[in-house]
Amino acid sequence: MNDKNIAEKSATSKSMAAKSMSGASILWECLEREGVTSVFGYPGGAILPAYDALRGSKIHHILVRHEQGATHMADGYARASGQVGVAVATSGPGATNMVTGIATAMLDSSPIVCITGQVGSKLIGSDAFQETDITGVTLPITKHNYLVTHASEVARTIREAFYVARSGRPGPVLVDITKDAQQTTCEFDWEAAKPQLPGYRPDLSPEPKEYEQALELIHHSKRPVILAGHGIIISGAMNEVREFAERTGIPVALTLLGLGAFPASHPLNLGMMGMHGEAWVNHTIQEADLLLAFGMRFDDRVTGNLKTYASNAKKIHIEIDPAEINKNVKVDVPLVGDLREVLHELLPKVESIDRSEWLDSIDKLKGDAAVRDIQNLPDSGHLYAAHVINDLWRQTRDGDTVVVTDVGQHQMWEAQYYKHEKARSLITSGGLGTMGFALPAAIGVKVARPEAEVWVVVGDGGFQMTLCELATIVQEKLKIHIAIINNGFLGMVRQWQEFFYERNYAATPLLNPDFAKLGEAYGIRSMTVTERSQVVPAVQAARQHDGPVLINFRVEQEDTVYPMVAAGASLHEMIRRPSTIVETAADE
Amino acid sequence: MLNTYVVYVENKPGVLTRVASLFRRRAFNIDSLTVGRTEKPEVSRMTITVDADYDQARRIEANLYKLVNVLLVENITDQPSIVRDLAMIKVAATHEARSHVLELASVFRARVVDVAPESLTIEITGAEDKIDGLLEVLRPYGVLEMVRTGIVAMRRGKSSPAGSTTGPDEGVAEEDVSHSV
Repeated sequence: MNDKNIAEKSATSKSMAAKSMSGASILWECLEREGVTSVFGYPGGAILPAYDALRGSKIHHILVRHEQGATHMADGYARASGQVGVAVATSGPGATNMVTGIATAMLDSSPIVCITGQVGSKLIGSDAFQETDITGVTLPITKHNYLVTHASEVARTIREAFYVARSGRPGPVLVDITKDAQQTTCEFDWEAAKPQLPGYRPDLSPEPKEYEQALELIHHSKRPVILAGHGIIISGAMNEVREFAERTGIPVALTLLGLGAFPASHPLNLGMMGMHGEAWVNHTIQEADLLLAFGMRFDDRVTGNLKTYASNAKKIHIEIDPAEINKNVKVDVPLVGDLREVLHELLPKVESIDRSEWLDSIDKLKGDAAVRDIQNLPDSGHLYAAHVINDLWRQTRDGDTVVVTDVGQHQMWEAQYYKHEKARSLITSGGLGTMGFALPAAIGVKVARPEAEVWVVVGDGGFQMTLCELATIVQEKLKIHIAIINNGFLGMVRQWQEFFYERNYAATPLLNPDFAKLGEAYGIRSMTVTERSQVVPAVQAARQHDGPVLINFRVEQEDTVYPMVAAGASLHEMIRRPSTIVETAADE
Repeated sequence: MLNTYVVYVENKPGVLTRVASLFRRRAFNIDSLTVGRTEKPEVSRMTITVDADYDQARRIEANLYKLVNVLLVENITDQPSIVRDLAMIKVAATHEARSHVLELASVFRARVVDVAPESLTIEITGAEDKIDGLLEVLRPYGVLEMVRTGIVAMRRGKSSPAGSTTGPDEGVAEEDVSHSV
């Protein structure tokens, strides 16, 4: 409903400013005013009044097949667009099914608002049918949550929920609305329902002295590295980071969620750091004398053993969340604030310094990495996941392509072999590592950016966790391409068993259905690829097809992601891919 | 070391759970937590003591601030402050022991709030170590039951930024009776 309509309608009511509406109608009205055009949901008893009121709304509702899917879709929507994603579910099991998706959004700072129905306010605490204390359940995995028991609280709560979700360090907010709060009516006045959050302060900025300290460290460093994280994308600081790197001549290493924040093809881009980062990237970090952490949180997957992590380096941490400062890594200068604003302060003051010596020495660190690269190994006739992903990249690199991955080996190969040039072109579950994320998240991506080419890269394990959403894709007529990297194993777990559990492949082999037949059963054009020569034709066929396509890539079963820093090992202690050429050479 | 925080929160349902849940979630062990009203009806005040080192203490403060309903956090550990605990101690007091117990209570400036044929109930307010001191000397008589409120704390001198406290600053340090009296 637009402002004009409201004005016309309210003119006939007693009050000029307010008009009487049900809590359910207020909910949709507020969502519209917050800019929501699509929501992902699943109806049920306690949320039925809201669904009944949906017909009066312009919002498009996407019917999911499982509430976990709704949360991942909202998450994918948020990550692809930077806007708040919305998921809707009923009370009890509907709400608890959302838990995994909420935790996923929490750990990756993704702004979503989850609306759940709740039993009538008089029934709360009585163990009524489908009653769950969902605000209690989600307390530690939401940025904030609300229980709404009166229609008069709906408007302010929704406004606050959106504000909290998207401001500062973004995150999920859950709003639990009792059935009677949806059904009863009250005066609706948008203006009067302004957020009242006296204790919430998302806008922090560093002290002038801290800027000076940071500049001094930058100008005195000989071997600096920028650690580029997800915060760059959230803050929209891609141009500022690039300008900073170019002006200072400082190379950039990226976290998994940072991929795309700095162009892969840029000469100062080193690549991904951490557990499956390239060897030279990790060596560079270990040899650095200054780390500039931009919107990243020193997760254990990027630091390895903290005792030996970049032990000769000073650390500058630019981070919006003060609780991240000194959490894992003790830093010398914290700059707490929005990354983009902080870089705007720093940029005019940084000096250009010749770093060619340092950059040359990093080049030497690359050493035999190219020889070990699977792309350069002789063709054994096997189909490797890395080949599939690299071919996919070559085919789709020039377009507006978004790759949505699941979690596991294929995710790491994607990070290594798909070269991301743009922010929000890779959507993946980093912090929580949620299998089953990719397929529903891709739906959210496609809804947010219908013009983008969306590829799901998913393992055969994770695919089966949320494959019910294939029906959602078909029902919504979404052109999404699904590449199943099918190795018949829970590959990453198998890899850990290979390295650390004496190849005891307990509970990792998978007996899978014929995924192509499965896709066809949903009405999705499907094919199976078993040889490298078929990869490019399959990708081309998928791109040309007017509708969703599923490709079942049957890849090498016991392939391994290299390099690997074992959990708890030092960052420079990597397990490298054996190479026929370098096997005899002294290894790090 | 033991850190003492004064935390002002919105007086809303569930806020205590959010604060307590934060400590559980981040694996910090609460030593004591008290909560009550303030001079403003919409604001509640908590005094929380936690065993934490310097970095942990700073992170606790930052994490408390992340809670949307938290208005102000002060770590008053190193600030001049008044810290009080209240205890009620039911002590066995037979006819012959009664006068000794009463004498001890008076030395500690504690009050007898209930008298029964076989016991006395003593109320004492003060710093924690003062209460520990009374407890120590009463123990030989037989402590039948005890309850303590946990500490409440307030900075000396000027009012805190969140508290629009009434009256002039009280510059004079209040007498502290320690158990070494």
